[in-house]
Amino acid sequence: MSQRSLISDSELQRRPVLYRVVLWSLALLFVALFVFPLYWMVTGAVKTPLELAQPVPTLVPHSWHPETYADAWRKLEIGRYLFNTTFYAIGGWLFQLTVDVAAAYALSKLRPRFGNLVLGGMLASLMLPAAALLVPSYLTVADVPLLHLNLLNTPWALWLPGAANAFNIYVLKRFFDQIPDELLDSAGIDGAGRLRMLWHVVLPLSRPVLAVVSIFAIIGAWKDFLWPLLVLQDPSTQTVSVALSRLAFNGYVTPNEMFAGLAIASIPMVVVFAVFQRSILSGLSAGALKG
Amino acid sequence: MATLTPIRPARPVTTAAARGRTKRRIADNVHAYLFLAAGLLCFGLFSWWPLVKGIMLAFQQDNFVTEPEWVGFTNFQAVLDDPLFWTAWKNTLEFTGLALVFGYLVPFGVAIVIHELRHLKGFFRFAVYLPVMLPPIVTVILWQYFYDPGNGLFNALLSALHLPESGWTQSPKMVMISLVLVSTWANMGGATIMYLAGLASIPGELYEAAELDGASVWRRIRHVTLPQMRFILLVLLLLQIVATMQVFIEPYQLTGTTNPDSITVMVLIYRYAFTVNNDFGMAAAMSVLLFVVLGAFSAVYLRLTRRAS
Repeated sequence: MSQRSLISDSELQRRPVLYRVVLWSLALLFVALFVFPLYWMVTGAVKTPLELAQPVPTLVPHSWHPETYADAWRKLEIGRYLFNTTFYAIGGWLFQLTVDVAAAYALSKLRPRFGNLVLGGMLASLMLPAAALLVPSYLTVADVPLLHLNLLNTPWALWLPGAANAFNIYVLKRFFDQIPDELLDSAGIDGAGRLRMLWHVVLPLSRPVLAVVSIFAIIGAWKDFLWPLLVLQDPSTQTVSVALSRLAFNGYVTPNEMFAGLAIASIPMVVVFAVFQRSILSGLSAGALKG
Repeated sequence: MATLTPIRPARPVTTAAARGRTKRRIADNVHAYLFLAAGLLCFGLFSWWPLVKGIMLAFQQDNFVTEPEWVGFTNFQAVLDDPLFWTAWKNTLEFTGLALVFGYLVPFGVAIVIHELRHLKGFFRFAVYLPVMLPPIVTVILWQYFYDPGNGLFNALLSALHLPESGWTQSPKMVMISLVLVSTWANMGGATIMYLAGLASIPGELYEAAELDGASVWRRIRHVTLPQMRFILLVLLLLQIVATMQVFIEPYQLTGTTNPDSITVMVLIYRYAFTVNNDFGMAAAMSVLLFVVLGAFSAVYLRLTRRAS
């Protein structure tokens, strides 16, 4: 039994009809608002363009053409773009995790001189709205200072800037701070080096926070639009989002094929949500309470 | 306070031990900075340097062939002289204002109701967060079909209800509202889930006491829920303002980069830098202005959250 909230159970029991009405109308509203548009997208794909163009829309498809999904897959080259997106997301996740875990570990457990200055500099970047840095970041990626590399149209243009994630470092460092130094010291006496302490002591204890950071890294990469739009202008390197935006409403595909493309592009993250719903929602809730 | 220095017993300092300690401290620092190296490189190149570069760029004219030329406030002057500058700010503020009503207050009401329900809670949380999981461009393209004034779903619904149809994104009056509606649909799940977490952390005794005092449900919301939620309401308010002032994807996809009825600050920056003119100087000047406005909000947000933790 959870603790009571605004309205007590006994108050609620006095108004059973009102409660039922509110519950079911809200449920209906949520289905109409949040589930129906997705139903429309998935079923819109199997209708003919003619049916979609009718002035009175059909709730249940009259025509039934599931092969539109195959057509859309081929015409929109979704396989290639899904592969690109997945490749960027997984690579970006690995870079974020490696770079940010190492940095957070150094700042939390090795505590070098000027560590606080470094942390402050990293956290200061949280104050910079991404948008304000868009143009100089683009120019930096087009011509990396000192190295004079052009990263445009390469995965590095997403991976390297993505690894500079102050929020991850902040969350990871706060978690690492709670691991007692004595655990590391006793491992040190046993002759473990800094890397082995991280690998055998810190990381196994940090599984929950690593899971949350990982899920949000993958989701973030999948949802990203503006940055990939700028740095991946070569169509063959684009993510599924950028490609769909480029191919929509230019007469190249019919509306039903576009619906199929949109539905296919949504599936991976909807599956991730269905599987990891608990971690995602509780990660978000924990973030809300701790700020 | 420095008058009472504790007297240490004189201790014979063995130079060898001291040297060993220094050596170890240096070794520790070297190790630590090895772990930090990749992070420093990424932050240095892709976060700190762009900040410097962005400010420099705002005061330069750069054709990327010859050396950039310092031009003082010319770029800012050019931006301020652009009639679209004020239009973009007006539209952006309109979007932010409308988004506060739809995307900030509505989820709060929804969260309060869901929190009181004793059934289907899992469904409500899943449904409201489902759109957040879709790639934003998928949502916007889908809604682009819904908004179609010819045979879109929304006008079909309106005419089925015998209501006047709308031009939606093609009507100057409705375009900003249309953008806010998509954006709210796509993002309100995050705010709702966070409000629900906040509501769940309010101690039940407070409501108990209020009820014993004879407070009605409304008065309990007013005197218990609102004060208890003050912090999270403020944090989400600032986050929401900072996020919505950077709105890009909705106007970009739904109305393009040239429509004065819906151009926003971010779209204008994109337009300066990446469409016909490639005027990075003007784009950087506009970015600096946006940064000053948003930086203030971000700073307040960080102060609040740091103090709380």
